[in-house]
Amino acid sequence: MQGLIEDILSGLISTTWDVVPVVAVIGFFQIVYFRKALENPGRVVPGIILVIVGLYLFVEGLNIGLFPLGETMARQLSEPEFIGWSYLFAFSLGYATTMAEPALIAVALKAEEITAGGIRERPLRTAVAIGVALGLTVGVHRIIEGDPLHWYIIAGYIVVVVQTPFAPKEIVALAYDSGGVTTSTVTVPLVAALGIGLASNIPGRNPIIDGFGLIAFASLFPMITVMSYATMARWWADRSTSDSNEPPSNSHEPAPASAPTKDT
Amino acid sequence: MPSFLRASPVTHEAEPLVLSRLLKNLAEIVRDVVPIIIVVAVFQILILRQPFPDLVGILWGTVLVVFGLMLFTQGLRQGLFPLGESMAYQFARRGNLWWLLLFAFTIGYATTIAEPALLAVADKAADISDGALSQLAVRNVVAAGVGIAIALGVLRILLGHPIHYYIIGGYALIVAVTFFAPREIIGLAYDSGGVTTSTVTVPLVTALGVGLASSIKGRNPLIDGFGLIALASLVPILTVMVYGIVVY
Repeated sequence: MQGLIEDILSGLISTTWDVVPVVAVIGFFQIVYFRKALENPGRVVPGIILVIVGLYLFVEGLNIGLFPLGETMARQLSEPEFIGWSYLFAFSLGYATTMAEPALIAVALKAEEITAGGIRERPLRTAVAIGVALGLTVGVHRIIEGDPLHWYIIAGYIVVVVQTPFAPKEIVALAYDSGGVTTSTVTVPLVAALGIGLASNIPGRNPIIDGFGLIAFASLFPMITVMSYATMARWWADRSTSDSNEPPSNSHEPAPASAPTKDT
Repeated sequence: MPSFLRASPVTHEAEPLVLSRLLKNLAEIVRDVVPIIIVVAVFQILILRQPFPDLVGILWGTVLVVFGLMLFTQGLRQGLFPLGESMAYQFARRGNLWWLLLFAFTIGYATTIAEPALLAVADKAADISDGALSQLAVRNVVAAGVGIAIALGVLRILLGHPIHYYIIGGYALIVAVTFFAPREIIGLAYDSGGVTTSTVTVPLVTALGVGLASSIKGRNPLIDGFGLIALASLVPILTVMVYGIVVY
C-alpha cells in the first residue's frame, strides 16, 4: 500500500511538472505586466487540476496495459514471417491511437466550439486518424523498401502545397495544426517501437536512420486527409444546397465546384 | 503599434458539471478507446496466435485511460481553454505588441525546455554525436525554435496573413537548409519538430490563438486563430539544422 501511494505521488508530481512552466509563465505575466489576479480562479484552478489528474490516469493506464503489449506486438509483427501483416498493423494502429490522442481532442473541441458545430469534432478526428493510418502504412513500406526518407516527405509536401489553394480556406490552418498534434502521447511510443523493430529485422536497414521517420509521415498525411475531407464536405454541401433550391427536374445536375458556400 | 489590436469581450459560457453530460462524455471516450482494444485483440489472437499476457492489467489500464481522458477533457473546457482565452483578451485590451510577443516566445520556450520527450531526444543526440552536440544546447535550440514559432504565429494572427505562405515558405526553407546541414543532424532536426508540442501546451496555445483572433477586428477565429501548432513543429527543424551547420 505504501509503495502504491508512493508510485501515485511520484506519477502525479511528474505530470504536475509538465504544467509548472505554463503556470509560472502565466503567473509572471499576470503579476508583473497585468498586475491583477487571474479571472475566475474558482473554475480555472480546479480545471487545471482535472487536466493534471486526467493526464496522469491516462498515461498510467497506457503504461499498465497497452504500451507493454503494444510494443511486444510491434516487435513480433516486424519479424520476417509477419512482414505482410505489418502494413495492416501500422494502418490500424495509426487509426486507433489517433482517435484517443488527447491533444487532438483538444484542437477538435476548439474547432467545434468556434464554428458553433459547423465543424464537428468526430469527423475531423476521423479524418486525422485516417491520415495517420495512411502515413504509417506508407512509412512502413518505405522502411521495407529502404527508399530515402526525404523523397517521400518532399513529395508529400508537394501534395499539400498543390492541395492548399483548392481547399476551403477556413480549413487550411486547422489542417496544418492537425499534423502537429498527432505526434503526442499515445502514438509516438508504439510507432517508434514498430519502426525500430522493422529496421532491426530487415537486413541492410539502419535502426537509427530508418526506424525514426515514421513520425514524420504521421504528421504529414493528416494535412492531406483533413483538406481532402473539407473539400469533399464543401462539394457535398454545394450539391445538396443546389438540390434543394432548384426545381426537382434539375436536381440530378452536379453543382459547380466553385459555388460560394458557408463551408462545411 | 496598438492600432490593430482591438479588444472585444470573449464570452465564457459557464458549463455546469452535469451528470448526464459527464456520462455522454464517458460514452464518447469509450468509443474512442475501443478501436485500440480491437486492434490489439485481433492481432494478438488471430495473427500472432498468442494468449494475452496480462489480461487484468490491460483491462484495468483501459479503465484508467477512459477516466483519465474524461477528466482531461472536462479540465480543458473548464481550465486551460478559459485560461488561454483570458490571456489573449487581456493582451488584446492592453494593445502592447512587444509584451504579447514576449509572452508568446516565453510560453513556447518554457513549455518546451522542460519537455521529457525532448530530454530523451537531446540525450540521444549527445550520445550519437560523441559530445559534439551538447544536450543542453540542443534543448535550448529546440525551445528557442518553439518560442520563435509561437511569437511569429501570433504576429501572423495580428497581421492576418494566410497561414500557408508561412508553412510553405518554411518547408521550402527546410528543404534548402537540409542540403547544407551535416547528415548526422538531419534526422534529429526532423524529429525535434515532432516532440515539441506537449499535451498541456497544445490546448493552451490553441485557445490563445483562437482568443486573439476573436478579439481582433477583422480576424476570423477559424482562418486566423489556428496554425500556431503547425509553426511550432516547423521552426525547431530549422533552428536545429542551423545549429548543426554552426557546430560542425
